[in-house]
Amino acid sequence: MAEERYGIDLLVVGAGVVGAAVAHYAARAGLRVTVVEQAGVASGSTGAGEGNLLVSDKTPGPELDLALLSMRLWTELAQTVPGFEYEAKGGLVVTGDDTGLAALRRLAGAQRAAGVTVTEVADPTDCEPHIRTGLAGGVLYPQDAQLMPALAAARLLDHPFIRLHTGVTVTGPITSRRGRVVGVTTTEGHYSCGNVAICAGAASGRLAAAFGTRLPITPRRGVVLVTAPVPPMIRHKVYTADYVGDVAGDTAALASSPVVEGTPSGPVLIGATRESVGWDRAIPVTALRTLASGAVALFPALAAVPVIRAYAGFRPFSPDHLPVIGPDPELVGLWHATGHEGAGVGLAAATGSLLAQAVTGRTPSLDLTPFRPHRFQEAT
Amino acid sequence: MNEPIRFLCDGEPVDAEPGQTIAAALTAADVWTLRRTRGTGRPRGVFCGMGVCFDCLVTLNGRPDVRSCVERVVAGDEVVTTGVRDV
Amino acid sequence: MYDLVVIGAGPAGMAAAEVVADHGGTVAVVDAGDQPGGQFHRHRPGEVHGRRLEALYAVAARVDMRYGHRVWTVERAGDRFAVRCVVGQREPASAVVSGRAVLLATGAHDRVVPFPGADLPGVMTAGGAQALLKGGGVVPSGRIVVAGTGVFLLPVAAGLAAAGGRVRGVYEANRPGRRLSSMAGEWGRIAEAGGYASRLVRHRVGFHRGQAVVAAHGRDRLTAVTVARLTANWRVVPGSRRRIECDVLAVGYGFTPQLELAEALGCRLEPGASGDPVVAVSATQRTSVPGVYAAGEVTGVGGASSAELEGRLAGHAVMGVRPPGRLLTGRAQARRFAYRLETAFPVRDGWRSWLTDDTVVCRCESVTWSGVRGAASAGAVDARTVKLLSRAGMGYCQGRVCGYAVNRLVGGDPMSVPVRRPIAQPLPLGLLAEEGEP
Ligand SMILES: Cc1cc2nc3c(=O)[nH]c(=O)nc-3n(C[C@H](O)[C@H](O)[C@H](O)COP(=O)(O)OP(=O)(O)OC[C@H]3O[C@@H](n4cnc5c(N)ncnc54)[C@H](O)[C@@H]3O)c2cc1C
Repeated sequence: MAEERYGIDLLVVGAGVVGAAVAHYAARAGLRVTVVEQAGVASGSTGAGEGNLLVSDKTPGPELDLALLSMRLWTELAQTVPGFEYEAKGGLVVTGDDTGLAALRRLAGAQRAAGVTVTEVADPTDCEPHIRTGLAGGVLYPQDAQLMPALAAARLLDHPFIRLHTGVTVTGPITSRRGRVVGVTTTEGHYSCGNVAICAGAASGRLAAAFGTRLPITPRRGVVLVTAPVPPMIRHKVYTADYVGDVAGDTAALASSPVVEGTPSGPVLIGATRESVGWDRAIPVTALRTLASGAVALFPALAAVPVIRAYAGFRPFSPDHLPVIGPDPELVGLWHATGHEGAGVGLAAATGSLLAQAVTGRTPSLDLTPFRPHRFQEAT
Repeated sequence: MNEPIRFLCDGEPVDAEPGQTIAAALTAADVWTLRRTRGTGRPRGVFCGMGVCFDCLVTLNGRPDVRSCVERVVAGDEVVTTGVRDV
Repeated sequence: MYDLVVIGAGPAGMAAAEVVADHGGTVAVVDAGDQPGGQFHRHRPGEVHGRRLEALYAVAARVDMRYGHRVWTVERAGDRFAVRCVVGQREPASAVVSGRAVLLATGAHDRVVPFPGADLPGVMTAGGAQALLKGGGVVPSGRIVVAGTGVFLLPVAAGLAAAGGRVRGVYEANRPGRRLSSMAGEWGRIAEAGGYASRLVRHRVGFHRGQAVVAAHGRDRLTAVTVARLTANWRVVPGSRRRIECDVLAVGYGFTPQLELAEALGCRLEPGASGDPVVAVSATQRTSVPGVYAAGEVTGVGGASSAELEGRLAGHAVMGVRPPGRLLTGRAQARRFAYRLETAFPVRDGWRSWLTDDTVVCRCESVTWSGVRGAASAGAVDARTVKLLSRAGMGYCQGRVCGYAVNRLVGGDPMSVPVRRPIAQPLPLGLLAEEGEP
C-alpha cells in the first residue's frame, strides 16, 4: 500500500461522475491520480442520476455556458472512451397552454442568443407520436443528450494514470506548516499527495468542514420511477415547461414535473422529484404518485405499462444553484468540484476539464469566477 | 374429475383442469418455452413457480407480462408464449 | 380500519388471524393467491382434505380474506398503516387495506445458486416444482433430477415420485449424515423427513450426499445435467463429473425471506442463522417498528409448525393478551431447531467455481458471470454497484433471484444482500397515478 501511494500528484475524493471526470482530465494532462472512494464507483448521487445532459432547462448565464462546454466534451468522450450509452437524442419541452407557450418562447429566444440550438415545434405529436394531443406547442433542443452515469464514471476512471481505491473513507487533511495540504487521513491510513480535489457529492459540505472550509452543500432528494422494458415509444427527453421553474426553485416542499424518456435497455425513466429532507431514503407514496401522474398526463399510453422500480438519490444542492469549482480559499493544494445539484452528470465533463486545467496551472478555458468556492464566505 | 377447460396457446388448443395455472396447464401439455429473452433470444420457462422470478411471463389476451405461474386459466384464454417484445 | 392486517395467508398469517378473531378483533388477510395455506399448504382448488387444511378454511371463513391482492407497499400514516395492493393481473385494479397493526408473514422463496445452463426451460426451483405438483397436480413428464441442499429436497422428491414422476435421484450438496438423525428425536417434522426418506427408498430414488448438479445442458430445453462430487467447500472433485440424461431439474439451496416490506417500513434486520438478513423480532414477534409484527419465514424460522407458533404469538401481542406459556417455550425450541437445521445445510462458496464466463447470473437482464466480474473490476463493490455497472438485478424481479449470488460473487457482506424495493410488486403507472391518500 505504502509504495502504491508513492507519487500521487492529485488525490480525488469520490468516484462519482464528477470525481471521475476530474481524475480523467487530470490523468490526460499527465498527472498521476489516485481516486479514493468510501464505497464503490457511482455509489452516491451518480448512481441515482438519470443521465440527462440538458441545455434546455438552463437560463443564460454561467451554468448554461458550462453546460454548452460540457455537451461538446461529452460528445468527444463518447468517441474517445465509448461504452456509456451516450445518445444525442434531443430534448422536447412542451406546454399545455398559451401562457406557458409564451414563457417557453421567451426562454428559447434568450437561449438561442446564448448559443443554444432551438427549434419551435407547432405540434409535438410530429416528433413524439405517443404524446398526448391538444398541447399548445413545444420547443425542440437537439443538443440535449443522454448517457448512463455509472458507466460513464467507470469509463472515465479507466485510464493508466488513474488508480482507484474503493472502500476507503477520507477523514481529513494532512497539512504542512506553511498551510499547504500534503496528504489526507483515511480509514485505511495516510496518503501523501500534491493536491486534493474534494468531489464528494452531497457529502462535500461535511467533508469540507473536516478540511476547515465552510461549503454549504446539502442533500436534495430525488425520486425516480422505472418501468418494465417496453418497445421504443419515446424518442426524446420530454418534459413540460414547469420543470424549468422547479429546477430554479428553493422550496423544501415536493416539486416535480418529470422528465420522461426511453432508455436503450427498454425501461422508461420518469424523474425526478426535488425535496430537501436530509438523508431520508423512505419514499412517500405521494412522490411516486406525482411522478406517475405527470408521466401519464404526457404519454397516456404509459398508463398500462408496469412500474417495476423506484429509488431515491441525493443531489449535491448548492444554495445559489451554481456548482462549486476551484481552489479552496484557505488551504493551498486543496480543490473543490461539487454542488452541481440535479445537473452534475451533464456538467461533469466541463467541470473535470476546467479543474484539471486549474490544477495544472493553465488558464481555464471558461472563467471559473462564478463558481469560486469562497463566494459563500464573501456573502457572510 | 371436473370437465377440462380449453384455451389457446400460440393458436393451438390446450386442455387444462379447472383451477390450474397457465404454467401448470402448459407444463402438463409439455410446453416448456414460455418466452424468449430480449437481446439474446434464449428460451425461458417456469422457474420459481410462485410469482417471484418473472421468467414465465406470457401475453394473456393481449396483455403482456402476465406471470403464468400464478394466473389460473379461464376457458377461451389466448396465451402467446412467443410474445417477446423485442426492445 | 382493522385491528390487524395480515400480509400472507400462510400458516403464520392464518394463525395470527385466528387468534385476533378469537379475541374479538377485526382482521383482514391479504394474499396474492386465492386460497389459505401459503406455499406449505398449497393445494388444488376445491380439494380441501385433511384436518389442517379444513381448519385453515374455517379461519378463513371468520376473517376478511383479500385474495388476489399483491401488496406493493405499506405506508405508515399517523397511527395506522395503509397496505396498498394491486388486485388481479387480467384487469389490474388497486385497493388499500388499512389497519392499526400489520403482520408481515410474507414467507420466503428459493435461494438461487447459478450454474451453467440453469436458465434452460426444464430447470426450476424445488419450490417451483412443488408448487406445480401441489397446486396444479402436475408431474412433469420425463426424467426428473432433484438437487441442492436442505431437508426441503426430500418432500419435493418424495412427492414427485409418489405422484408417478420418474425421479432419477436426489443430489444433496452437503453431507448431513448422523448429525441430522440425531436431531430426529427432537422434532415431529423430522419424523416427517424420515417418512419421506422411506418413501424415496420405496420408489428406488437414490439419495446422494456431497454431490451437486454443476451444469445443465440442452438447446431449447433441458436434456441432461452434469453431476459431480464436491469437496467440503463445494468445489468439484476432479474427475467426478458425470452426465445424467433428464428432462426436469428441481433445484433448491434453501430459502430467502421476502424482506422488502419490512425494509420499507424501517424494521430492523439482523443476520439469521445463515448470516443472511431476517426481520429482527421480540419474543412476541414485535419488530423494531411499533405496530409492525413479523412471523414465519421472514424472521428466519423455517417450517409450517413454527410459523404457526409465531403467528399465534403475534396475534396475542396485537390484542394485548398474554400468550400461553407453551407458545413461548415452543417458539424458543423451534428457533433452536431452525438454527441447527439452517447451519446443517449451509451454502458453501465453492459453487462459484462451477460458473463459466457465459453462465447467466441475472436471469432478467441476462447478465453473465463475466459481466458481473467486469463490473467488479470497474469498481463495483456490492450488489448495488454491480447493478449500476452491469444491470444485474435491475430487471423485473429486482434482484430477488440473483441478489444472493451477485452479492457472494463480489464478496459482499451477507447483510448487504439487496432488500430495498420501494415498489414491491409491479403496478401499472395508471394505477399509481391514481393512488389516493392513506
Ligand atoms: C434522482 C436523481 C436524478 C438525477 N438526474 C440527473 C440527470 O438526469 N442529469 C444530471 O446531469 N444530473 C442528474 N442528477 C444529479 C447528479 O446525479 C449529480 O449532480 C452528480 O451525480 C453529482 O456527482 P458527484 O460526483 O459530484 O457526486 P456523487 O456521485 O455523490 O459522488 C461522490 C462520491 O464521493 C464519495 N465520498 C463521499 N464522502 C467521501 C469520503 N469522505 N471519502 C471517500 N469518498 C467519499 C461518495 O461515496 C460518492 O461516491 C440526478 C440526481 C438524482 C438524485
